[in-house]
Formats: sequence, structure tokens, C-alpha cells
Amino acid sequence: MIRSELIQKIAEDNPHLYQRDVERIVSTIFEEIIDAMARGDRVELRGFGAFSVKHRPGRTGRNPRTGEPVEVEEKHVPFFKTGKMLRDRLNETD
Amino acid sequence: MTDKTLTRADLSEAVFQEVGLSRNESAQLVESVLNEMSDALVRGEQVKISSFGTFSVRSKTARMGRNPKTGEEVPISPRRVLTFRPSNMMKDRVAAGNKG
Repeated sequence: MIRSELIQKIAEDNPHLYQRDVERIVSTIFEEIIDAMARGDRVELRGFGAFSVKHRPGRTGRNPRTGEPVEVEEKHVPFFKTGKMLRDRLNETD
Repeated sequence: MTDKTLTRADLSEAVFQEVGLSRNESAQLVESVLNEMSDALVRGEQVKISSFGTFSVRSKTARMGRNPKTGEEVPISPRRVLTFRPSNMMKDRVAAGNKG
């Protein structure tokens, strides 16, 4: 499923909405999640999962080709942890 | 860093502010989006949201694990796990926003 298919689905289920409004709704949701993480906030969507920011401290890495040491700066990376309900649903045996 | 936790309510509020539907309907739409994504993943599909990231389902084979407390060997059944790979755009914005 890609973004446009998701929009399509939501539009089909909500025939009273304009397609462009559905597009804005979907974009707003994803934008809001990125904005929150850019501020260092968490986004917790019970049942689905939680988005958070992890800190990676700086370290001395190595250029794998030359073996030369290089300083890798500290950085912050996005992280997603699957919610319990979704994890369980992925492993339902029916 | 503000160290807050956002929830569905905050996403609904953002949709409400942005699109001008009722609060109730905004909340329902947030729910629908999460449900459609979950259903696709449960069907085993990859969910690829451009400029956000990709959710993929991976199958893991059975293996022997160990209870770390007792040292006892326990079988771990085969399972499906979800992984999320953030887009470069998300990585860049998160890195830039949390700098310094």
C-alpha cells in the first residue's frame, strides 16, 4: 500500500469528503508526527505503535575501505515501536 | 526538546484545525487512517508513505531462546514482526530539530 492508495481507501469510505480534503487530512497526520519528533516529542498511538527519537552518541568510526578512523558526530534518529495490539494481530493464527 | 507525548487527540486536533470538519469526524478519520494501515500490514503488505517512511512485515523463523533468569532453554515460535524505515526527509528533519 502506498500513500495514494491509502488516500483512495479513505476517500471511498467517506464519499461526502472532497478528495483534496482527504489528501490534506492524511498529510496533516504524517506532518504532525514528523513535527513532534523534530521537537523531540514522542507520539504514542495506542494499539498501533509509538514514534520516538533516539539519541546516538558520537563515536569513532572507521572508513571500511581504508581502515582510517573517522569521527562520527552524535545525532538523533527516528524510532518506531510496534504497539501490542498490532503485534498480536500480525501473529494471529486463524 | 520539549519532551511531550502526543496522542490520537493531538492528531485529531491538528486535522480539525486544518480541514474544518467536526472534532468527532476528525477523530474518526485519524482512526480510519491507522486502521487502513494496520489492516494492510496484517495482510502482509508493505505500507510505503512517501516522505514519511516504510512499514514492512518480516517473518522470523523459530529458534531456541533462553530464559535469562533461570537459564532454561525455551523454544521461540516463528513470528511476524513489523519494522519501520524512516524516509530521508524524516531523518533529516528529526536530526536538524534535535541538534545542539
